[in-house]
Amino acid sequence: MQDIQSLKVKATEIRMDLLKLIYEAGTGHTGGSLSNTDILTALYYKVMNIDPQNPTWEDRDRYVQSKGHAVESYWAILADKGFFPKEELKTFSQFNTRLIGHPNNKVPGVEMNTGALGHGLPISVGMALAAKMDGKSYKVYTLMGDGEQAEGSVWEGAMAAAQFKLDNLVAIIDRNKLQITGSTEDVMSIEPLGDKWRSFGWEVIDVDGNDIEQLVKVLTNTPHSNGKPTMVIAHTVKGKGVSFAENVTKWHHHVPSKEEYELAMTELSKQLEVLQ
Amino acid sequence: MSNVALKHSSVNKIANRQVISDALLEIGKNDKEIIVLTSDSRGSASMVKFGEELPQQIIEVGIAEQNIVGIASGLAHSGKKPFIASPACFLSMRSIEQIKVDVAYSNTNVKLIGISGGVSYGALGMSHHSLQDLAVTRAIPGLDVMMPADRHEAKKMIEALIDYDRPVYVRIGRNPVQDSYTSSDYHFEIGKSVTMKEGNDLTIFAIGETVRVALDSADALQQKGINCRVINMHTIKPLDEEAIIRAAQETGRIITMEEHSIYGGLGSAVVEVVSQHQPAPVKILGIPDEPAIAGKTAEVFEHYGLSVKNVTEIAIHMVNN
Ligand SMILES: Cc1ncc(C[n+]2csc(CCOP(=O)(O)OP(=O)(O)O)c2C)c(N)n1
Ligand SMILES: [Mg+2]
Repeated sequence: MQDIQSLKVKATEIRMDLLKLIYEAGTGHTGGSLSNTDILTALYYKVMNIDPQNPTWEDRDRYVQSKGHAVESYWAILADKGFFPKEELKTFSQFNTRLIGHPNNKVPGVEMNTGALGHGLPISVGMALAAKMDGKSYKVYTLMGDGEQAEGSVWEGAMAAAQFKLDNLVAIIDRNKLQITGSTEDVMSIEPLGDKWRSFGWEVIDVDGNDIEQLVKVLTNTPHSNGKPTMVIAHTVKGKGVSFAENVTKWHHHVPSKEEYELAMTELSKQLEVLQ
Repeated sequence: MSNVALKHSSVNKIANRQVISDALLEIGKNDKEIIVLTSDSRGSASMVKFGEELPQQIIEVGIAEQNIVGIASGLAHSGKKPFIASPACFLSMRSIEQIKVDVAYSNTNVKLIGISGGVSYGALGMSHHSLQDLAVTRAIPGLDVMMPADRHEAKKMIEALIDYDRPVYVRIGRNPVQDSYTSSDYHFEIGKSVTMKEGNDLTIFAIGETVRVALDSADALQQKGINCRVINMHTIKPLDEEAIIRAAQETGRIITMEEHSIYGGLGSAVVEVVSQHQPAPVKILGIPDEPAIAGKTAEVFEHYGLSVKNVTEIAIHMVNN
């Protein structure tokens, strides 16, 4: 329990870090980074077997961020874990930086370059397949967006993962119900999402994607069914943690104004106080 | 300067995507066959107003760029006039097979508007840059390829495309571009380049946003006594070969400028013509064969020498040798 509490503190600190990144750079994907912060915190601080001192260790668990645009929580976490100096965060989105607006594998800890949606799952299928071929026990985790589900390549990967019985593969959908234009159900409906994945041969588990305790529980015990890839549908709130950004479409890539930034930081500091 | 070219750059706040959306809205009100398709790109294509005013004439497919091109080709097959407005990076790469087969090969009247093209997306990286689109689309038979220099040309181009019954790929940038033309009051013809400035010492061929840089470079060269011709190749396919051959004959030296890889774009097109009809030295300026550096458009242009300083230096060197 103490453990979960410290993860909650960590997630709140990461939210503050990512808002600072976006505010100072004047660019970024605020909503999607805030919605996936708890998922990434669970993975990087509890679930995944990784070594920041040895980022290419061959037995490490792999993480592929398919919804590459929500990179700010990712950069904040990789820096905090020590994959690169925290100082470098200042260069985010600046001229000649490697900390660009999407995952970039010139940065230690990043496996693959993403940004074009619909790539992460097929890539992860390949990594999980390689683990099986080599008799290795590492796991592969990938995070997709819900709007991203409209890409056909997602479903090509879904079919292949089941075909190859990749129970070492865990895909997570950040089900925040919004994409750039608005509600996923208005733009291009993806429901019934769980049934779709089940019918493709996956073990599907629904969780509250902003509840670290639930996330840790589900993600540490995979596979939940032998011979099947795991789909975790993480029901999240886009903009989570900043009241006026929550569930608001424009916060997909809205950059906070000075007032909004200060208000957001005040809200998050209060959340931190309550937790500590 | 010719009388259509604007002598000095001035600030312009209207992006080409806005101009295109406004033109399609005006024409679409009377032409119900015009259908705009977006892929979660309604906002970035400035198509929100179009969608509000002509809700029956907009189709949103979600984040599915292969689907959007397939659907558009089916619509065109049934007599509609589809205009796809989707980021150039995804439209020209993710959907390239649909473009090749469903659009170009089957000859369906689809207009592909690649928005936020080139390095407009700045520090979002190579996944979001479209610096190979001219190369790829240009190699597909049956597909025309264009890029307007500024908002005036964007307007002329989109108007010309309404009743142009052929597949076309048009690439535009994200942000407002400084004007190259004084107004939209000039003769625009698909496949016919525009001589923005006469001159006989050398020729700069430019396309898209680099036309403004070419004009400013020519101005700087003029002050150094070098008379530079500037040609805007707004249509890279079909290519105005005659203008290229004439420039090679009359000015000998050529510089090309483009917001594109140095492979396969305008520079390559010019060299293909020159080498076979009228050999002349050509310097190709563009983005080298590497993931483009992170930065804003101006920073990236500066870094790779798509700048007045670099062009004038190269021109002086060419003229003196
Ligand atoms: C292939 C591709 N098409 C379009 C985009 C542009 N884009 C970036 S984010 C985004 C919306 C993503 O929505 P969703 O998957 O729901 O992500 P989230 O809500 O978690 O931010 C789009 C369309 C892209 N990055 N890749
Ligand atoms: Mg979403």
